[in-house]
Amino acid sequence: MNEITPASIGLSREDLPNSYIGRSVPRPNVPKLVQGRATYTDDVVLPRMLHAAFLRSPHAHARILSIETAAALATPGVVRVFTGRDIAEVCDPWVAVLDHLKGMKSAPQHPLPLERATWQGEPVVAVVAESRAAAEDGVAALRVEWEPLPAQTDMETALAPGAVVIHPELGDNLVFTRTATAGDVEAAFAAAHKVVEATFVTARHTGVTLEPRSIIADYNRADGTLTVHQSTQAPHMMQGVFAKHLRLRESDVRVICKDVGGSFGIKVHVYPDEVAVAAMARIMGRPVKFVADRFESFTSDIHARDHRIKARIAVDAQGKILGFDVDDLTGIGPYSVYPRTSAIEGNQVVNLCGGPYDFVNYRCTTTVVLQNKAPTCQYRAVGHPIATAVTEGLVDMAAEALGMDPIAFRRINLIRDDAYPRTSPSGMRFEGLSHHASLDKLLEMVPVEKIRADQAAQRARGVYRGLGFASFIELTNPSPFMYGIGGARISAQDGATVRMDPDGSITIASGVTEQGQGTEAILAQIAAHGVGVPVERVKVITGDTQNTPYGGGTWACRGAGIGGEAALQSALALRAQILEVAGAMLQAKPETLDVVMGEVVDRASGTPRLSLAELGRIVYFRGDTLPRDLPRELVQTRHFITKEYPFAFTNGIQACWAEVDVETGMVKVLEHWCVEDCGRVINPLLVDEQVRGGIVQGLGGALYEHCVYDAEGNLLTTTLADYLVPMSAEMPDIHVGHVETPTRESLLGAKGAGEAGTAGAPAALMNAINDALRPLGARVTEQPFTPARILKALGRI
Amino acid sequence: MIPITLTVNGERVTRHVEPRRHLIDFLRLDLGLTGSHAGCEHGVCGACTVRVDGEIVRGCLVLAASLDGAEVTTIEGLSDSGEVADLQAEFVARNAAQCGFCTPGMVMTAADILRHHPQASRAEIREHLSGNYCRCTGYQAIVDAVEATLAQRRQEAGR
Ligand code: FES
Ligand code: FES
Repeated sequence: MNEITPASIGLSREDLPNSYIGRSVPRPNVPKLVQGRATYTDDVVLPRMLHAAFLRSPHAHARILSIETAAALATPGVVRVFTGRDIAEVCDPWVAVLDHLKGMKSAPQHPLPLERATWQGEPVVAVVAESRAAAEDGVAALRVEWEPLPAQTDMETALAPGAVVIHPELGDNLVFTRTATAGDVEAAFAAAHKVVEATFVTARHTGVTLEPRSIIADYNRADGTLTVHQSTQAPHMMQGVFAKHLRLRESDVRVICKDVGGSFGIKVHVYPDEVAVAAMARIMGRPVKFVADRFESFTSDIHARDHRIKARIAVDAQGKILGFDVDDLTGIGPYSVYPRTSAIEGNQVVNLCGGPYDFVNYRCTTTVVLQNKAPTCQYRAVGHPIATAVTEGLVDMAAEALGMDPIAFRRINLIRDDAYPRTSPSGMRFEGLSHHASLDKLLEMVPVEKIRADQAAQRARGVYRGLGFASFIELTNPSPFMYGIGGARISAQDGATVRMDPDGSITIASGVTEQGQGTEAILAQIAAHGVGVPVERVKVITGDTQNTPYGGGTWACRGAGIGGEAALQSALALRAQILEVAGAMLQAKPETLDVVMGEVVDRASGTPRLSLAELGRIVYFRGDTLPRDLPRELVQTRHFITKEYPFAFTNGIQACWAEVDVETGMVKVLEHWCVEDCGRVINPLLVDEQVRGGIVQGLGGALYEHCVYDAEGNLLTTTLADYLVPMSAEMPDIHVGHVETPTRESLLGAKGAGEAGTAGAPAALMNAINDALRPLGARVTEQPFTPARILKALGRI
Repeated sequence: MIPITLTVNGERVTRHVEPRRHLIDFLRLDLGLTGSHAGCEHGVCGACTVRVDGEIVRGCLVLAASLDGAEVTTIEGLSDSGEVADLQAEFVARNAAQCGFCTPGMVMTAADILRHHPQASRAEIREHLSGNYCRCTGYQAIVDAVEATLAQRRQEAGR
């Protein structure tokens, strides 16, 4: 890092009117959202645009014997029908593996399968028509002859003799397995004072973005370019994918992503129906639109978190954790999902179990297998809610076995705040975490004594309430160690270009994207802070591969930490350039000047000397009056990538206060707290809202959300009436607190904040429910914690 | 095709619609009013909430053909009228919209609370908003925005 320090650019003070970093500035995007003036992909209409609808496999596993298209083609409005073979003419299949995940295997996947459908809901035939309704009429008129095949649905039997091998060429259904070990697990467990074990289940669930997946692909034969409007988190990655598989030059593909109606990891993957749309546009030379309906979302958006984990913890008589021993099994559907792969979630479980604690002996295995269900892949907080539920579930059980208070037990075992840098038993490197400070802060917020008194009083009346805690760590700001080293063209670097126009306004173009988390707002704040202008004078450009610096997009909580740092560096560079020009104009040394609220001022006195609009007028229209060789580029670009640490870990702790109705099995979350440390907080309002939204998503997964399949692989939850999501009446008020441990990798010091809520909420709720049920001798470890499961644990059904 | 004439955001429109055309497709595709969204098209998520003859309805469950003579207000009309400018300002101040896909429907439903339930408690607000799904916010900021607007309006009415 150069001589600029956080203090020298005002990061830790609010004394300048344009010191925006750390301030709750409202998002400039919100007025258009509340007035219905946003532009989502489905709002875009192009000339000559056609609409696609898909016939999807009704079977979990079936051979396609024939496809009869005549009646569909005769349907009014239908223009064309595409089968897998038609698409394969212009589009190459993909295999979703990463080189650094040793031994990983998966089968080639085409946009539309050539011979077999391998999950219910897989797109098989596409109909393109003048309207979506006509396309659906065409789908209804298609006749496909199927030969149903036995389906492999149970992950427990996926590797057993007699299992249906989903892709015979792979030899078996094993996609990936990895074991991490540290210390001597056998000896530690043999010598332990107590060993506690349990089996945890996290339910297969999905993201349910309110805006479904949406795409318009437009191939222009005249200039050979493919323009794709897509609701996506990673425009540059998709540009590369479309180019590679449709045999185009990357520079001939442009991906535009305007407003996105929620993503949560759902929209960072390659979906066969969306690639088919691009292929059809390529063939037809016209724009083709596809927007998934809710049924299609449930059957073809990625699912996640389908894990069964057997785990045990060893502790000594003083309450010190000696070790964790974890065996994770996960079913990922029939294909690993391109290009991030479906092995990452299990791999994260191996990386993260036990993460907040100080212990030596560790063994964790993940086994990733195929099954005939919808593919699974990375969804908000990838693997974290699973690892946190296992870790915190065991921690509470160990405390109970020792007769210790769960807070006291955590006090003894959480990694000390002065113990960094540090490497975890699973090999994760932590730069600086704040478990104890976070616990302290949490205990300032949660009235534990009052709650315990209420708990006792309520129990006497037959009302069962419980308080649960969950510490967590979260992986953010990934380096190329996440995907790049495995061969995936997914950028860990990101860039920002900041420019000043003649009127003194600032425009920033960034490779990270906005899905509602406030990326554009923080980019505007950072640019305004860095250059020295009112935030209203900053316009932000994201989501266009042709007009933004190359970057990875928004995932794994990298928007603020990576994109934000690139923005800060380019804004500071632009300010330096402005001051150089101003110095020449004012006959002053640049170091004696500053830019404050859009004015060049005398640094010492604050006296305004020159407005940026005047400086812009001179530079752009009267450059003849400036010294001949004065550099005057009022546009600067910087890129940023983390270098020291593969990931920036964050941490935090949550508490949940819940009531269980032991007659009905219903759980009511009464109140919830979260303290999290995401490093420098750029906009507290936005971070708090990210945390709250994430917690509600986590609570949804723990209480309601479940993609339920029958034994034949039929998905039973395909409407919002069957697949329940949290609504406002069921959700509690949520209190959010912060501890700030900035990363020293960047000037900004920001780490990610978007996934922490989801990472810890299910575990905190599980521990609260089990705290409530403890006097009744019942315990639940299988999510979602439905009334039926709770009544079963109570022995009532 | 069925001919209909109705008032949408104060403007009279006449169109011919297919019997199966629901109100949201009619608004979005036939009139270009893209502020109303389709999130499920089976009556659960509330993203399609609009006002018909003074009451909020789920646009995905109403057939356009049934609306001859009706008066429809969408988020565009509601915003232009200024009826909920205070509520919208509270949404902005609290970041009660993240991706914003639920927001037009939320604002329509919240406007209904403002009109019909000026004394609504926090729990009643949560209950009333419970037909509108939001995946992003966790609801608290939305509930806060409605509560603050109600309180402000009550205070102004008392003055
Ligand atoms: S789209 Fe009408 S309720 Fe969901
Ligand atoms: S703000 Fe995204 S669904 Fe509500």
